[in-house]
Amino acid sequence: MDLLSYWDGFWEWVRQFIPLNWKWDMFFQAFPFISKGLKVTAGLTIITYIFALLFGFVWTFLRRIPNKYVNFTVTWTMEFIRSTPPLVQLYFMFYSLPLIAGITLSPFTVAVLTLGMHFSTYIGEVYRSGIEAVEEGQWEATTALNMSTYQKWTKVILPQAIPPTIPMLGNYLIIMFKEIPLVSTIGVVGILHLANDFGSLHYRFLEAFTVVAILFLILSYPSALLINKLEEKMNGKYGKENLYLEENN
Amino acid sequence: MIIINSLIEIFPQLLRGIGITIVILIGSAIFSYVTAFIAGFLRLSKRKFIRGATTVYVEIFRGTSLIVQLFWFSYALPMLFGIRIGSDILAAILAISLNYGAYMSEIVRGSILAVSKGQTEAGIALNMTPFQRMRLVIFPQAVRMMLPEFGNYLIQMLKATSLVSLIGLTDVLYYGNILRSSNIAIESTVYFVILIFFFLLALPLIFLTRKLEEFSKKGVET
Repeated sequence: MDLLSYWDGFWEWVRQFIPLNWKWDMFFQAFPFISKGLKVTAGLTIITYIFALLFGFVWTFLRRIPNKYVNFTVTWTMEFIRSTPPLVQLYFMFYSLPLIAGITLSPFTVAVLTLGMHFSTYIGEVYRSGIEAVEEGQWEATTALNMSTYQKWTKVILPQAIPPTIPMLGNYLIIMFKEIPLVSTIGVVGILHLANDFGSLHYRFLEAFTVVAILFLILSYPSALLINKLEEKMNGKYGKENLYLEENN
Repeated sequence: MIIINSLIEIFPQLLRGIGITIVILIGSAIFSYVTAFIAGFLRLSKRKFIRGATTVYVEIFRGTSLIVQLFWFSYALPMLFGIRIGSDILAAILAISLNYGAYMSEIVRGSILAVSKGQTEAGIALNMTPFQRMRLVIFPQAVRMMLPEFGNYLIQMLKATSLVSLIGLTDVLYYGNILRSSNIAIESTVYFVILIFFFLLALPLIFLTRKLEEFSKKGVET
């Protein structure tokens, strides 16, 4: 008993220097409220990722067109999309595009298109590095075997080019997941949006944003570990030198 | 023609916010590089406790998104302790630099580990102290491996500075938002102009990164 009262006294002494303003009941209220947005955030991440994976091929294809001017245009378009903030791109697609093109898209569609486009430029580079890592002999062999262009790509080149890039593609999934909360600014009700709502409802931003941070950590840290494992496995399978892909982000 | 007219009209307005954008970019660049080197070296420490604590920092900041950290530093932290950390600019610089510092600490660590073991052994053979080995042999070789990635992250940080308008700082995007809501004639072009604005800021960094890539490849056998 005596010890406990000492502890209480010590705690009071600490508290006067660090006025911690943390309320557990608010935290437990905020957790289920904000978790409801997880479905939207996760769904948006997956749909955007699939869009980016598919559109990445378009960039890779466009960059392979053997024309100086086309190449220049495509390279700098990619550079432009890549080096401008995704937040401004979201605003552009959400506020300006309806005025220019006359089409109004839902916030969800805008989010998928914009962030998907943004990350497809990175993913296109990943594909490219994978394709460039395929040995010269493989290309020559397809010519020697008189394969059609379609056969060449589907049967020989892509099956060798894509699997080694899977860990990198997984990394981009995690990076993208962390950019997804940006869409709360255009009104997609994901976890960050709900945290803002909760914060302004009870004036407890502290617990609300802490819940968001914890949710992100819970989801992204295990996936990062998983990808590390995958990377090690791939290292063994394909050899280290094949995996040394340029990280051009 | 419309685009050129609005360019002339919008650009001077946006220039009012460039000060904040550049201050935050430079501030967070400096702090994040410092953080990256400190955290990167601490993760290579022999002491388990130091290594563990640094790993916790790195994983927390890499595992959550920057926008959440920014909100946390500007709304939650003042609430937790009942004090404000100076100004909002400081909160923004702190959030951005701790976030990217965590990412880049991995690069620092990876580059130092990537210097081949023979170099360390040669240092031992020459009777160098551990500090001399790091300073004279390993570090100079590791730095040139880090440079291209550091350049890339500088571009990422420039992109990240656009987020500070969400916590009420008056950067380029903030003035753009004001323009959009106040002038209906340029509403359709204002964000495209901001995109061009950011691209112009990023261009020197893109060329810098390419230079750094060339530099780090020069004279190294692959």
